[in-house]
Amino acid sequence: MADPLVSQPVQAEEVPSMWSGMLAVMKRDLLIAFRQRSDMVNPLFFFIMVIALFPLGIGPEPSTLQKIGPGVIWIAALLSTLLSVDSLFRQDFDDGSLELALLSPQPLFVLAFGKVIAHWLVTAIPLILVAPILSIMLFMDGDTVKVTLYSLLLGTPVLSMISAIGAALTVGLRKGGVLVAVIALPLYIPVLIFGTSAVEAASMTLPYAGQLAYLAAFLIMALTFAPFAIGAALRISVTSQ
Amino acid sequence: MTTALLQTVKLFCERDDRVLIRDLDFTLHPGEVMQIEGPNGSGKTTLLRILCGLSDDYEGDIRWQGEARHQVDSRFRSDTLYFGHLTGVKFSLSPRENLRWILQLKGVSPKLAGLDERIDQALKSVGLHSYEDVPVYSLSAGQKRRVALARLFVEPARLWVLDEPFTAIDRKGVEQLEGLIQSHAEMGGSVLITTHHALELSAIRKLQLGLGKGTWRIH
Amino acid sequence: MFESLKRLYHKFGSPKYFYDITGRMLPWLVALSVLLLIPGLIYGLGFAPPEKYQGNSYRVIYIHVPAASIAMSGYMLMAVAGVVVLVWRMKMAEMVAKSVAPIGASFAFICLVTGSIWGKPTWGTWWVWDARLTSMLILLFLYLGVMALNAAIENAQSAARATAVLSIVGAVNLPIIKYSVEWWNTLHQPASIRMTSSAIDPEMLYTLLSCIAGFYCLFAVLVILSTRCEILLREQRSSWVKKLVGV
Repeated sequence: MADPLVSQPVQAEEVPSMWSGMLAVMKRDLLIAFRQRSDMVNPLFFFIMVIALFPLGIGPEPSTLQKIGPGVIWIAALLSTLLSVDSLFRQDFDDGSLELALLSPQPLFVLAFGKVIAHWLVTAIPLILVAPILSIMLFMDGDTVKVTLYSLLLGTPVLSMISAIGAALTVGLRKGGVLVAVIALPLYIPVLIFGTSAVEAASMTLPYAGQLAYLAAFLIMALTFAPFAIGAALRISVTSQ
Repeated sequence: MTTALLQTVKLFCERDDRVLIRDLDFTLHPGEVMQIEGPNGSGKTTLLRILCGLSDDYEGDIRWQGEARHQVDSRFRSDTLYFGHLTGVKFSLSPRENLRWILQLKGVSPKLAGLDERIDQALKSVGLHSYEDVPVYSLSAGQKRRVALARLFVEPARLWVLDEPFTAIDRKGVEQLEGLIQSHAEMGGSVLITTHHALELSAIRKLQLGLGKGTWRIH
Repeated sequence: MFESLKRLYHKFGSPKYFYDITGRMLPWLVALSVLLLIPGLIYGLGFAPPEKYQGNSYRVIYIHVPAASIAMSGYMLMAVAGVVVLVWRMKMAEMVAKSVAPIGASFAFICLVTGSIWGKPTWGTWWVWDARLTSMLILLFLYLGVMALNAAIENAQSAARATAVLSIVGAVNLPIIKYSVEWWNTLHQPASIRMTSSAIDPEMLYTLLSCIAGFYCLFAVLVILSTRCEILLREQRSSWVKKLVGV
């Protein structure tokens, strides 16, 4: 056998940059998502179906649908985030990737942050893109459609970050799903309030910039603090096996 | 005497109200291989997880090159390779993509010259030549395991922590792995290993666990 | 000063010390809460002057307001204990945090029930999406989340650490939630009667303060009792617990 039996390690960087670790995670997760496309489209189908159920349950009157439209879209977005987030860390936990990430010289919260961003790109972007179509089906008009788009763009990353905390806390448990909902739903409320209200304001041709500013503030807060909470939660889940 | 790579001082660990390890003191010098033995449930995996930093359910001190491990955590981690029951191999990625990602986690730059050749070389060494680009899920159980074992050929680390590395590996692979461990030790690396397999290595120390009430013996 | 604080901290970190000292504190706390609560509640519910606009229905505030305040500070206490758990790995803080959750949740529930009892004569319905009631409902949800997580994790220590993270996240969010709900409320219901809108009579004020102090003592008694129970459970193998229960 001619194979060399000697380990010839490659050179690691003296101080690996945090961004490279995060980008590596993002790239890997995007690649995996692209190969397992069903994970990507299922939350989208769920989102569309939930919204389609409302006219069927409440009745097709344009005035009613127009009134509840913003709330319906936001609650559907919130539920679909919740549904998809359960798988965010579970595969990595089950196959040991999380252990490797924990033992990596890169800080865990940075890697986790990369995962959440990838997850948001894969699950929330399609949903944001179809939201205008759905809002037209709920008889919302011009400006409202635009604001729906903006508010989702600012609000869904916050939802992803919050639910990632829940997912990280429950990843070691067999019965994760409903528990994540119980943990995360109350924390969604501010986003729900300001997201819906922005769209409502637009539908009444009132100024909506204030609500969007609040959503942006929440986003900045979530981006600043949530990665640490996610990292701490993952560490607890992995080390307490 | 060189400084010890890894040292424990009065390590104590209990699990579910059962003392697994009491007052464990050992040192692992560069070039040493230590096999951890004991019946099932004696705490072999628990000890390895504690030593490599996957569990903080212990009391006592762990030192890395003479310094408290938690103070040199990042240095410790970039110099330790953990190979556990779960391999961290993604089934929808190819072996090459898997290794690339694991190396990147370790701080290897993806732009490193010749990285792909080195990865392919490692995959060839574990007998996965011509499988570099197929998704891992289409490989056999032993081959999946070998994808992870290829890490040993390329990943930079002085301390190897190997938990049952021979699972699902055929006899030739076991021999090869033994040779690899031997050469790693000869080049100044250290190895902590659990296995039910009788290792044929020169100069191996054994840590016997599970002698009751957390007692242990090194021979 | 700092040294003695540190020593005190380490003492309280020991379950045995905590058990002993709270054992000595308990009778005093019980006496104090009885002394404050019984006269306060009897006077408040029976004899305090009726309110100018709401008549007698306002009397429920003697339970409602203390319960609201305790539910809120209970959550904060849990979050502070959570910080201690995560940063200093203190076992006692784990037990305190675990004990506070169901008790705080009960006070949140009491607050909601008394709120709706007050709402019936005032608003004519049992429930109104008033800002304070809604915030309290969300606080109850937050408590339930913490309790559900704690119950789902078998290992006591990892359960404590996980709930510590969650309660800290919740505590950071609580002011935001409260503010959002208030903002939402002004948007949808500009005019609503507030429970403590009119200037308060000093007689009412002192009665209310006595009730608040009394309920806080009661809360302390309950938390201490529950924590002591948890100590015995967790430390059941230690010699002092064995001696105490006479095994």
